This record gives sequence, C-alpha cells and structure tokens, in this order.
Amino acid sequence: MRLKNVFATRWGIIGVGLFIGVFAALLQKLGNPGNMGICVACFERDIAGALGLHRAGVVQYIRPEIIGFVMGSLIAAYLFKEFRPRLGSAPIVRFVLGAFAMIGALVFLGCPWRAALRLAGGDGNAILGLLGLISGIWIGTLFLRKGFTLGRAQATHAAAGWMLPLIMLGFLVLLIAFPQIEGQNRSGVLFYSLRGPGAMHAPFFISLGTGLAVGFLAQRSRFCTMGAIRDFILFRQTHLLLGFIALVAAAFVTNLIVGQFHPGFKAQPVAHAMHIWNFAGMVLAGLAFALAGGCPGRQLFLSGEGDGDAAVFVMGMIVGAGFAHNFGLASSPRGVGPYGIEAVIIGLIVCLFIGFTMRKRSNA
Amino acid sequence: MSAKVDARGLSCPQPVLMTLNEIKTGKTSEVEILVDTETSKENVSRAATSQGWKVTDVSEEGDEHKITIKRK
Repeated sequence: MRLKNVFATRWGIIGVGLFIGVFAALLQKLGNPGNMGICVACFERDIAGALGLHRAGVVQYIRPEIIGFVMGSLIAAYLFKEFRPRLGSAPIVRFVLGAFAMIGALVFLGCPWRAALRLAGGDGNAILGLLGLISGIWIGTLFLRKGFTLGRAQATHAAAGWMLPLIMLGFLVLLIAFPQIEGQNRSGVLFYSLRGPGAMHAPFFISLGTGLAVGFLAQRSRFCTMGAIRDFILFRQTHLLLGFIALVAAAFVTNLIVGQFHPGFKAQPVAHAMHIWNFAGMVLAGLAFALAGGCPGRQLFLSGEGDGDAAVFVMGMIVGAGFAHNFGLASSPRGVGPYGIEAVIIGLIVCLFIGFTMRKRSNA
Repeated sequence: MSAKVDARGLSCPQPVLMTLNEIKTGKTSEVEILVDTETSKENVSRAATSQGWKVTDVSEEGDEHKITIKRK
C-alpha cells in the first residue's frame, strides 16, 4: 500500500491524540488505576513485577496494553510496508538510558503519558513533572545542537526486528497460560498484585484491544510525547505537540464527563507531593528520552517496526524498573523512596556524561 | 551543484537537524537528503517546507529515500 499517510497530517496527529486521550480515560473508568489509563513506564514496571524482576507486591501485572502497543505497531508496519529491521546504534547506551529513564519516571510516578493524564485528571503535581520533563528535554536539545549522536543503525535480519514483538507475544502466552487466580498472588511463574495499582486493571480484551489500536495509530502518526516538546524547542514545530495537547484535552473532557476530574495536589491517586523530586525525576526521564530519540511509547512503536535499538531501550526500562523497586528508588504515595534522590543524581550524571562524550566525528 | 546530506540510520531528530543546518549555511539552493525510514522522509519534508523550501523529488531505492529540496 502506498497511499498518502493521512495520519501524518496535522489532523491525523490531532485525531490520534484525541483517541488516546479518550480511551486512556475510559480505561481508568473500566478498572485501570487512577490517572493511569495508559502509563508506559508504570505498565512496564508492572510487567517487571509480574515476572518477579522486583517483588513490590502492589505493582505486579502483565499489562496487555504494552503488548498491544508493540503488536499494533508491527501490524501497521507490515500493512504499510514500513517494517524495517535495523539496529546497531549504541545499544548498550540505549539500555542504560532506558534504565535511568524508568528510574526518573518512577521517582515522579509516571512517564510523559501519565504526566499528561495526571494533569487531565486534576493532579497539580503533574505540573511539576511536566516542567521537569520540558527541562530535561531542553537539556537534551542542547546536546543535539552540539552534534550529539548515538551513531547509525544498520539494516539487519527480519528475525532481529522480531525479537521484542516475540518477547511481547511470550508475555501474552504467559498471561493466558497462567491467569490470575482469585485471592492468590501467584499463578504458575507469574506474580499478581492482590491490592494496589497492580490489582487494578480493565478487562483483558479491552486492554489488549485498546493497546493494539493505539499501537497501530501511533505507528502511522509517529505520535511521540517527548518529540512533541523537543520539536517545539528545537524547531518551533508544533506538529507532534498538537497531538500531545489533543491527548490532554480529550482526557480532560472525558474525565469531566465520567466524573474523574478531581483538582488538587493532595491525595491524588498514585502520586506524591514532593515538588522538587517530582520535577527532578522527570528532568532525568526527559533527558534520557531526548538522548534516546523517543518517549517510552514511541520506543515501543519503533520496536514494532523492527527497530532493535528501541527494543533495547525498552528492555532497559523493564530492567530499570527491577532496580527501582529492589533498591528502593521508586516513589510511593508516601513520597520518594529511601534511595530515590541519590538515584536521580547518579542518573543525571550518567546522562550528562553520555551527552558530553558522544558527539559526531567529522566523517560520521 | 547541490549539497548532500546522508542521514541514513540516524534517530530523530538528527535527519531534520542536519537538513536545517545545510539550509542555514545559505551556500546552496538545492539539497539532496538520504534517509532510510518513512518517518524521517516525512519529517525532513515537513521541516523543509516550513523553511519555505520546496520538495521537488522523492525517489526510492530499496529501503532508501532520496529527497530533493529546492529554495523557492
């Protein structure tokens, strides 16, 4: 198919943002945690928990939305002949960036997607997170202007491009083979939360279906929450930003309609009000996303099109979630974790090191 | 003589940055950009258009796209 890509137009990206905003809010209505209809970081963290990579009992569930994101993108990429297996652009660096992006996001308690949804649900703490995100991305653009690059990816075997989609299918098989047993925190090899956000989820088919639809649409439209802010800072381009704003607006209106809008800073769902660390956590996440070239959602969609480097970033995020909970780096509604502050500082140092040292050589 | 930008294999936003840098040198009125994803093709074309340049040709060879842009 070589049709004009309507989703890459201005109204296309706005439409995709509206779709995500409405369905994210509805997923909350149908069972997902508060202001967490879709949160790529939180959901990958829940997957890490379900696999036992961390043992935080309240955040363990194989989230079908994440599987859907990758598989929906893969379907779109194949249908429109855009599946392009490629890798080799500093994979280990991308792994490290993914891990620290996750750690930063879990200090704030949300990725850029959830920051938008928290704002749309009235959580004032999201403002601090979004300001941090913008600051982190701004730092990233300074490096980009100075010639920061992770180098070129190369074409590779189709099977290499299939690795993350196959891992996602594996997660799906596990979820089907070992379904949740009422009142039990284990089923076969998987862990399940009995309380907390991990115990809150929309019905399986709705989660998976929404994930597939979002994955498909986001692949076509190149929806990216980090790119939205980055392109505006770098080029004053508003294309992706319109999609991001549409997401917030649609989620806000949907929240109002279904009674999910509760303005304030205190007692917000899965959130804390330590302003400095809400800000700083997202500075770290924003910088890591900017250096890696995409928000956590975009990394999943790229993985679905065969981008093995984005897949490594995703694996970095999942492993990072393991560290975040095992080491007490992740925040909780009570506030930052025992070592969260140190982790943010170390993460910023690592990202700055990467930013300063990986510049384009003249012939690269 | 047109300038050439080889942005194959590079992540966002480098293809656009490289294209805009070439445009800003002001030395040329035609630039050929090589990219290898549809996304980069769309992004480069959108950025060039926003700078008042015109996309005059897009040719595909295998997985590569060659975008030719000209100053209006």
